Order: sequence, then structure tokens, then C-alpha cells
Amino acid sequence: MQVPSRINPVEIDEKYEACITREDKVVKIDAADIYYRDLNAILRAVIQNSGVEKIEIYNVCGQRYIGTDLHTNIQIHIYGTPGNDLAVFNNGPQIIVHGNAQDGSGNTMNEGQIVIEGHAGDVTGHSMRGGKIFVKDNVGYRAGIHMKQYEKKVPTIVIGDVAGDFLAEYMAGGIICILGLGLKEGEKCDARFVGTGMHGGVIYERGEFLCPVAGTKVEEVDKRDMAVITKLVEEYCSHFGGNPQAILNHPFKKILPVSTRPYANLFSH
Amino acid sequence: MDQNDRKIINPYGDDKDFSACGLFAAMNIAGERFSSKDVVHAMANMHDRGNGLGGGFAVYGIYPQFKDYYAFHVMYLGKDAKEKTDRILASKFDIVYDEEMQTNQKADVRDPPTVWRYFVAPKKHRPIYQTEEDYVIDAVMRVNTETGKAFVFSSGKDMGCFKGVGFPEDVAEFFCLEDYQGYLWTCHSRFPTNTPGWWGGAHPFNILDWTVIHNGELSSYGINRRYLEMHGYKCTLVTDTEVLAYAVDLLMRRQRLPVELVAKVFASPLWNEIDNMEPKMAELLRSLRQTYGSLLMNGPFGIVIAHHGEMIGLGDRIKLRPMVAGSKGDMTYISSEESAMRLVSPQLDKFWAPRGGEPVVCRLKNFKTGEEQ
Repeated sequence: MQVPSRINPVEIDEKYEACITREDKVVKIDAADIYYRDLNAILRAVIQNSGVEKIEIYNVCGQRYIGTDLHTNIQIHIYGTPGNDLAVFNNGPQIIVHGNAQDGSGNTMNEGQIVIEGHAGDVTGHSMRGGKIFVKDNVGYRAGIHMKQYEKKVPTIVIGDVAGDFLAEYMAGGIICILGLGLKEGEKCDARFVGTGMHGGVIYERGEFLCPVAGTKVEEVDKRDMAVITKLVEEYCSHFGGNPQAILNHPFKKILPVSTRPYANLFSH
Repeated sequence: MDQNDRKIINPYGDDKDFSACGLFAAMNIAGERFSSKDVVHAMANMHDRGNGLGGGFAVYGIYPQFKDYYAFHVMYLGKDAKEKTDRILASKFDIVYDEEMQTNQKADVRDPPTVWRYFVAPKKHRPIYQTEEDYVIDAVMRVNTETGKAFVFSSGKDMGCFKGVGFPEDVAEFFCLEDYQGYLWTCHSRFPTNTPGWWGGAHPFNILDWTVIHNGELSSYGINRRYLEMHGYKCTLVTDTEVLAYAVDLLMRRQRLPVELVAKVFASPLWNEIDNMEPKMAELLRSLRQTYGSLLMNGPFGIVIAHHGEMIGLGDRIKLRPMVAGSKGDMTYISSEESAMRLVSPQLDKFWAPRGGEPVVCRLKNFKTGEEQ
């Protein structure tokens, strides 16, 4: 993808020059005590430099919106705990978090990838419209709320362990694949209100540990579903390790909405 | 709103204000006291959750030399308020010591009032129908309602509330919090939504040694307030969170309900969940809802309640506000954001995200609950 030219080219504030080092194609940033606005401005400036393929950000602690507004497929490694709305409106970068993510990761993202090597907070993948999110462990409440899809844009969230309440709330499109790897055989996930208001998209679960609300239906997966799941699980293992065959060697189910307009009659009587 | 207000709230001229409130609490369960350094650092890390219209701290174990006396922190927003307040206090208490609180006038806070500290003991001759605590609450209510411009913002023993209009790190600087130590700190950064940002409206809210910090909005404020007024609590601080402080005092101190039940009063399970529970539990929860329907806290909230020896984190039942917790050795933390906790304790032994309606309870090792006492 081309980096769009800017009306005002961004320059790095002098006071941050000592925090940034470049080794060949890799730029390293020490983000300790850098305010989120400045950190994101630095990222915007760094990607304008030709030949940079990878950015490593160290000592991240709560800076919001990291990776927004970059429109290029650069790789960004985050060490520490990024703040809320990580990669909001993400439109290209692959963002790898070596740690945990807070609330709202991938909010309204359009393209690219977020890989989280720990857990993610509430509203992960809020209103996603494209790209992929991989979470090694669990996610908080309302993951995948209002995801949507259109033609080739199919947003996808893969969750290694379990999710909190309201998973896939108002989901309108896209794929959530939840593996429940931390559950014992036969154990249920205690998330309540899964699929509330869901009217599009699909949840694939490894086993039958979710208890979705009325208005959804649980079905067997077919060959086409398994082809999708296999790819996602292989990708999950390529990020976090593990044996894809061992994970796949377990029956999957899919949860679908019963209606595309669950609230059509809400105010009609 | 004048230009200065706008500059504080929205320095970059954003189209939308992205704030929320920020909570942070830290407790040493061995009772060892620690300084404000870490908690202020954590709050500053969550600077953007607030908008400078309120910051505050509650500290437990700060006045060991005066631990048998009620420590009143009073803010005077008008000139003659102090005279009236002194008269009320002198008629009800023996004032052991009083002073203007140490403040740093260079701190970036807005229109600071005069703040005064009193150490007091209730008069020996007091009505027999009142407990000592109710007598103290009565005095606090009188100051808050009768003097016009004076507000008691802290009234417990060996603890203190410090709050005002500014970012929490600036409020900490104003009150010189670096000079204090406590074994339990709760901290708040405010983003007022429906009610004014004024000195009395900052969090924590306090009565006796009970404090509450709150992120969210209580849409049930009206009904909560009417119920509490019947029990003698007068709401004067024009902010929803005030009802929480009084509700906690009523349920936990006066009626000695265990915290697990108080959590179910504030954040009751939904009716259809109760219907699906085993009969005994369903009956208990049904009677709680029937008895304390007026104390159900409706709307989104994340709160931290504290009193001597105990801190309790609680979120609304469908978790519309964030809250995470962690522990390291004797330290336990509750925070709006994980990063703030990792900043002061990078290698936590335990991290968890409490479920909506499920309280996080942290107690001193030698703590005795109401029943044990």
C-alpha cells in the first residue's frame, strides 16, 4: 500500500530525537513518558522515511490510539501495555503486542492485523469492518460488538481462551472464532448474553461451551466453515505456538442469528 | 463556559471530548503505610480520563497521633461560613486542635477555597437516642445545610479526604500529599457529565471513615436520594455519587449488612437471572430487591468503597465501566486501566478483571468484619 502524501509533512519534535534510534530497516522508540499525541505523531513521521519496515516501541504504558492513521502495512511491535483504542481505525499496519491490551483494541479498524500475546480488555474489535485480531488468551466484555462486513471486507477475531459477557453483541457481520483452550473438557464459559441483538456474521466455537441468547441458533459446521476455521487456527498457532492439528482435532460448532432484523417488531405493539 | 474553562477541558480543540473518570486504589494488607508517590504517578498516567474538573484522594492511617479524634476537613467557600461552622462545631464537640490545612498555592487548581482541619471529640453530654457516629453525621449535615458556604469533606478518624477542582496530580500538589502516608489510598480523576465541577463535587465522597469514588452515572439518583433522606442523610453536594457514600454508611455501618449483600443491593442480578437460581438464593435476592429497591444503583458505574481496614471495588451488573485488579505481595490495586497498575507494579503476582456486579474485596490481614466484632 502507498503511503499517502500529506499536506503538512510531519516532523519529529527535537526533544524526542534521543528516544528514537534507527538500525537499517528497523526504528526503535523508547516511549517512556511520551504523551500519546506525540507518540502517534512520531509514528506518522517515521513511516514517511523510506525503507523502514519495522517499528519497535518500548516502555509503552497506557498511550492511546497507537497505530492509528498510518495507512501502510508496516509492522509495529509494542512492548508494555498499550492504552485504550489500540489501532483505532487501523488501516494497514500489523501490530504485535508483547503483553496485554486494554479496552477497545481495533475499534472500527478497516485493514491490517492486531496480534496480542496476552489478554485483551472490553469492547475488543468494536465496530470492526475489516482486518484481523488474534488474542492469545481471553477477551473482556462485549468483544466484537457491532462488527460488520461488506463484500470482501470480513473482519475476524480469533480468541484463544474465553470471552466475557455480551460477546458479539449487535454483531452484523464478520467472524469470531473462539477456541476455549483454557477450559477443561466439558466445562462451559460463564459469559452471559452472548449474541444479544446479533443479526449477521458467525461465531465459531471449539466445542459447545458458549450459552448464546434466544435469537441465535447453534449449528454443525460444514466443509466451507472448516476451511475457514483451519486457516484461522493455523494462523493463531503461527503467532502464539501450539499444534494446529491438536486444536482442530475437536468438533466445532457455529452460532448464527435467527433473524437479520431481531428488533423489527420491538416498537410495533 | 469561558475561554479558560474551554482551554482546560479541551486543550487541542477536539470535536469530541474523549474523557471518562479514572479510578485507582492501592492497599497494603499488612497495614504498612506508604507515600502518595505511586498513586499520584498512576493517576497522572491516566490523566486523559479526567478533564481537570475534579481530582481527589482518600488516605487511611494518616493521623496516627490523633487517631482517637474525628478529623474534619472543611472547605469554606464564603467569608462568614467559618464563623457559623465554628459555632456549630464548638457546640457539639471538644475541639482538640484546629489549623488551616497546609496547601501549595502554586499548584494548578482553580479558585481554591480556604481549607481547615479540626480534630474533635464529641461532647460527653449528648442525646441518649443517638450513637456517637450518628451524632457526628448529624453535625456534618448541619454544617453542610445551615452555614451556606461550608462543607465538611472529610469526617473520619485517622483518615482524610483531599479533593478539589483540578487534575488529580495538581490536587495532590495543592494539598501537599507528598507529606502524608497511609496504608490505603483511593484516588479519582473526574470528568463531570451532568453536574457542576466544583470543589465539593469532586470525589471521594465521605461520611465518617467511609469513602466512595465513582466512575459513571447514577440515573437512579432521585429515588436513592429520597430514600436516604428518610434516614436522615441530606444531599447537598449536587452530585450523584454522594448517595453512594450515604447508602454505604446506612447499609454497612448502621445495618451491618455484609459487603457481599451490599453488592447485590447496588448491583442486583436481573430478575430473569434470579428466576433461574436455586430457590433459597432466589428468595434471598428477591427479598433484597424488595427491601432495598430504592437503593438499586441504576446506570453505568465502577466504584471503589473504602473504610478502615477494607476496600471494595464494584462494577455495575453489565459492566459499562472498566475495572481491573491486581496484587503483588501485600499490595492490592484496583484501577480503571491495567497500564496504570503496571506502571507502579510491573510484575504483578495476580491480575484479574472482575465481572460486573461481583465485588473485589481487599482487607487488612487482621481485619474483623461487622459480625466478628
